[in-house]
Amino acid sequence: MAAQEIGAAPSEQTAVADPIVSRFEGALRPDERKGYEGYIVAAEGLPEVATGLRDELGYDYLSSVTGVDYLDGGQLEVVYHAYQTSGGPALNLKVQVDRENPVLPSLVSVYPGADFQEREIFDMYGVRFEGHPNLRRILMWDGFAGHPLRKDWREAYYEEENKPFDSRWPTGDVRRSEAANRFGKNVIYPAGFDFENWTPESDESLYASLNKVGSNGKTLQTDSLVVNMGPQHPSTHGVFRMVVALDGETITDLQPVMGYLHRSHEKIGERNTFLQNMPYTDRLDYLSSMGNNLGYALAVEKLMGVQVPERAEYLRVLMAELTRVSNHMWAIGFLLNDMGAFQTPALYAIRARELILDVFEATAGSRMMCNYMRFGGVARDLPETLRDENTLDFISDLAHNRLPAAIDELDRFLTGNEIVRARCIGVGVLPAEKAIAYSAAGPLLRASGVPYDLRRAEPYSIYDRLDFKVCTRSNGDVYDRYVIRIDEMRESVKICQQALRDMPAKGEIFSRKPQYNVRVPEGESYGRVENPKGELGYYVVSTGKTNPYRYHVRAPSFINLTVLGEMCKGHKVADAVVILGSIDIVLGEVDR
Amino acid sequence: MDNELTNPEIPVPDELQSAVTITSLDRIYNWGRRSSIWPMVFGLACCAIEMICTAASRFDIARFGMEVFRATPRQADLMIVSGTVTKKMAPLIVRLFNQMPEPKYVLAMGACASGGGPFKDGYNVVSGIDKFLPVDVYVPGCPPTPQALLHGLIKLQQKIDNQSIKAVRWYGQQTSEAVPLPVLGPDLLDPRQHALLAQQAGQPNETAEPGEA
Repeated sequence: MAAQEIGAAPSEQTAVADPIVSRFEGALRPDERKGYEGYIVAAEGLPEVATGLRDELGYDYLSSVTGVDYLDGGQLEVVYHAYQTSGGPALNLKVQVDRENPVLPSLVSVYPGADFQEREIFDMYGVRFEGHPNLRRILMWDGFAGHPLRKDWREAYYEEENKPFDSRWPTGDVRRSEAANRFGKNVIYPAGFDFENWTPESDESLYASLNKVGSNGKTLQTDSLVVNMGPQHPSTHGVFRMVVALDGETITDLQPVMGYLHRSHEKIGERNTFLQNMPYTDRLDYLSSMGNNLGYALAVEKLMGVQVPERAEYLRVLMAELTRVSNHMWAIGFLLNDMGAFQTPALYAIRARELILDVFEATAGSRMMCNYMRFGGVARDLPETLRDENTLDFISDLAHNRLPAAIDELDRFLTGNEIVRARCIGVGVLPAEKAIAYSAAGPLLRASGVPYDLRRAEPYSIYDRLDFKVCTRSNGDVYDRYVIRIDEMRESVKICQQALRDMPAKGEIFSRKPQYNVRVPEGESYGRVENPKGELGYYVVSTGKTNPYRYHVRAPSFINLTVLGEMCKGHKVADAVVILGSIDIVLGEVDR
Repeated sequence: MDNELTNPEIPVPDELQSAVTITSLDRIYNWGRRSSIWPMVFGLACCAIEMICTAASRFDIARFGMEVFRATPRQADLMIVSGTVTKKMAPLIVRLFNQMPEPKYVLAMGACASGGGPFKDGYNVVSGIDKFLPVDVYVPGCPPTPQALLHGLIKLQQKIDNQSIKAVRWYGQQTSEAVPLPVLGPDLLDPRQHALLAQQAGQPNETAEPGEA
């Protein structure tokens, strides 16, 4: 089964491949490694190929940029996934570069959305992108020793390459990593580090990189100053920091600074077995764990070529859509918090979320960290009863009565509200072309008028059978991003109703023999889902073992932040808070 | 008056029961403190979401007088470390703790804040906030449910109940020392390990004897 699936991919590819190979004669060649797709581009031809793909072939949306360290081949590979916003499969480009001196041309001038992702690759792999406007570390701090995702870089608590570690399996001994470290802490210093004569890096260069000159004609004498908002600030939705250059009260430049919740997700993910990563995905966007599970399951299932039973597909969609409702409730509640309506609207908004969490807790065993999907199905079926009611009746009541009522309530209180309108309309406008160029995703993209929803553009699971509409708005301001969330919740409720109606009453929920370790066939795969915050993608490379060789998360919150500075320029500080709230970020996913 | 306060050994006449209570200084002082613990608005990661749910209507932290979340450490009594402590964030958390006035308490919420949790092996993760700050209550869970957090807060109240005004450090002779800020170098540097760092930094880890530190 698996072999067929992988065998089928290249033949599809060759049909599409011909015009691309002939158009860029000599600049690229098909990737012929087993289980791989796409094209390998020569480094010097990359900007030209990218421009051609964007302008002539319509690949206007750069979804993901990531690195892979092929230690044995002595090469680093940078992988680009580009899409057409009109829909369809990915175009997968790869560039290979020597590990010892990795220099590549930057694609920021072609796809501005590559900005933060290239910085991440620089941070994690040490690839220098020539022509990048602000190439500095993004997740770790300036001055950190080493590039952590390189395969030969070892963390302080390093035990072995891959789990399960001998210290814990099969005898189950207890090993405290602290005891093996000379400092008793999770730290490691490079050889020859001189502790006595050393000064920490300061933020001066960061502040110096900001544009401090306002463009507005001065009738009032104003000062220019730099303000740090966060990482401890009630409006930043966690530990996020914005460095804002102000002219008076007007923002002239804004730089997001992140990494304060960088939990080494990908390095840990590459040590883990494939299945062990499932609970870690819960903790990415911790408000929508079911959606995260689904994306990862799809990526690995693509490699394994397994089928998912009918009932499990419906359960997956049901859970993913309930997650969307609960996430948007939260987003709207806390957007109002950011506008200064402290806590009260949020309390109303998250009341209905508790009901959804009850469904998750009864089904998956946890309110937030569901760990529910498996490769080839889901972990558990719906329980018989929930809060002393029949579970299906409870969910059905939720989908038909209680959630629509809660959405109507929010709509009634907020949509026509004078203050909401005054604070939101015309603020943080993002035009459609810019949204596409900056790789914005999800409600942020659709509020700008781009009808791009993966559930329609590249349907996965059973979304092609369901009746729902892709909501769009045309102005691309904060108000539209609020209203589109109300619209999307309504569509999600509709999907839930259909899923409940069509779901087979009984049936398998898991297609394979349950096992702890799954061996995944060689190859790469990119699985993506329309998560509440936008396009969530997983890039997985397997070498045929039980551990992923590369595990990368294309986090929508992270990439949506690329355009934050652009949207805030010219507005007041208080508006920056609302604009950030309207993007709806979760730091677990921004920093990973 | 609240009968939690009354010392049953000293009788109060029936007609005065509603107006008079006889209690010890410790008891009324602690009763006042523990009924109005103001936590800091300080969400680090996933656990912060459950902390907000605890504050919301269903679980209602206001029942314990703790609903007044303050955005500034200067007005806060309790730091709920709700999430993974990363190395990049550690200096800021320690600074926030130093900025809180005495009496101050720290509650480590969840597996990460207590000991690194699932992310313990990560290169940017501190294995528990107790590597830097004195923790009063640990709440296990990933994340702890709101009920678990409330249980932890009740435990903190019990701890406060057992403190004595004569013995607490913030009325003692010495002022309490600020915790030295960790520094971001090639890796996180803890100034308290200055001597060890100067002597051993840069040497490979493998030669360290287990348990040496």
